Amino acid sequence: MYEFKFHRPATVRQAANLLAKNEDAKLVAGGHTLIPVMKQRLASPPHLVDLSKVENLSGIEMKGRALSIGAMTTHADVAGSPIVGEAIPALAYLAGVIGDPAVRHRGTIGGSLANNDPTADYPAACLALGATIVTNKRRLKAEEFFAGLFTTALESDEIITRVTFPLPKKAAYVKFRNQASRYALVGVFVARRPSDVGVAVTGAGADGVFRVTAFEEALKKRFASKALEGLSVPADGLNADIHGSAEYRAHLIGVLAARAVDAANGK
Amino acid sequence: MNLSISLTVNGERRDVALDDPRVTLLDLLRERLHLTGTKKGCDRGQCGACTVLVDGRRINSCLTLAASLDGAAVLTIEGVAHGDTLHPVQAAFIAHDGFQCGFCTPGQIMSAIGLIAEGQAGDDPERIREAMSGNLCRCGAYAGITEAVLDAQHTLAAAEKGRAA
Repeated sequence: MYEFKFHRPATVRQAANLLAKNEDAKLVAGGHTLIPVMKQRLASPPHLVDLSKVENLSGIEMKGRALSIGAMTTHADVAGSPIVGEAIPALAYLAGVIGDPAVRHRGTIGGSLANNDPTADYPAACLALGATIVTNKRRLKAEEFFAGLFTTALESDEIITRVTFPLPKKAAYVKFRNQASRYALVGVFVARRPSDVGVAVTGAGADGVFRVTAFEEALKKRFASKALEGLSVPADGLNADIHGSAEYRAHLIGVLAARAVDAANGK
Repeated sequence: MNLSISLTVNGERRDVALDDPRVTLLDLLRERLHLTGTKKGCDRGQCGACTVLVDGRRINSCLTLAASLDGAAVLTIEGVAHGDTLHPVQAAFIAHDGFQCGFCTPGQIMSAIGLIAEGQAGDDPERIREAMSGNLCRCGAYAGITEAVLDAQHTLAAAEKGRAA
């Protein structure tokens, strides 16, 4: 790790000021991506702004018909929350299959979204459920938030404060994980929303998380796995690596989407 | 830059002035507090050898900057036995041959203690294997580790019941 200055702000405003004042400063939440990347010297931010002591950034609550999760809420807290389990069980399940228990005790929803790793789980949930990412400056629809590999719409002095999820009628997440890293080789989140259907895929897209509109249209007409029969996703633009070809990932998307629909339907 | 932190380590308060923010909890424990029971394996969060409990939750100490842990309570392998009496999880690892070379063992034991406290695994060996998946054992003592966790879980539950009665 190269040297850096460490800042421990107490409020979001202080943190934002530190970001604005120090060029190339980075926020650190759970640190489970940033610290290893810094140890490998792939990143060397001159300033780290630690969010662990910033007030009012974690917690889970219902706000009207939406579930609100603070940015610094850990994956373990989301997975174990009775509120999330009641409101969106698929989201609690998703949080519980991220990494391993030690990772889930430090990793946060805000950190995961800001990093936008193309194989991370939360982006699929946000996109399929139509979540809103709330920052110190504005409210961003998931649709406009994710902007490609490790890229988001966040400005350099913008901080995610919480994420709100409108409650779906039904939802499920099915993940085919890499056995060693536990990252998604492919993960599909399916949500039947009051007047819409969301199908979002992580792990497969060369540009990160994406929606499968053909599946969504079919499921809008009939929310059953049978509605997906005969439909497929083209392999163009999908990731290929030693773990699986683009064609294999394309195939998995169809299989996992059908399983997710069945799971959402309680089958 | 003022980077002093105050921690409770194995029940004892430690005030530490950090001269460099790059110090991880793992390096703090091993190199500054001379608690070398916690091991450095991969140093990037993949092997679990550095597992300790922070505020009761198991974490990878290699991925946590000490500077962000002001006020935390840390429990390491040095803090689990009572004098010469081993912690039930330690005793179970010995009884079930839950190790061979022993390098991953402090992390395995801390992870097992955290897991049992979480109370989520029950009697299902597959759930225990899943819940211990963050701790690698290159000797392959997994079968003994799973048995040790099951056994220790029963011992601790019985002790808990005994106290309640």
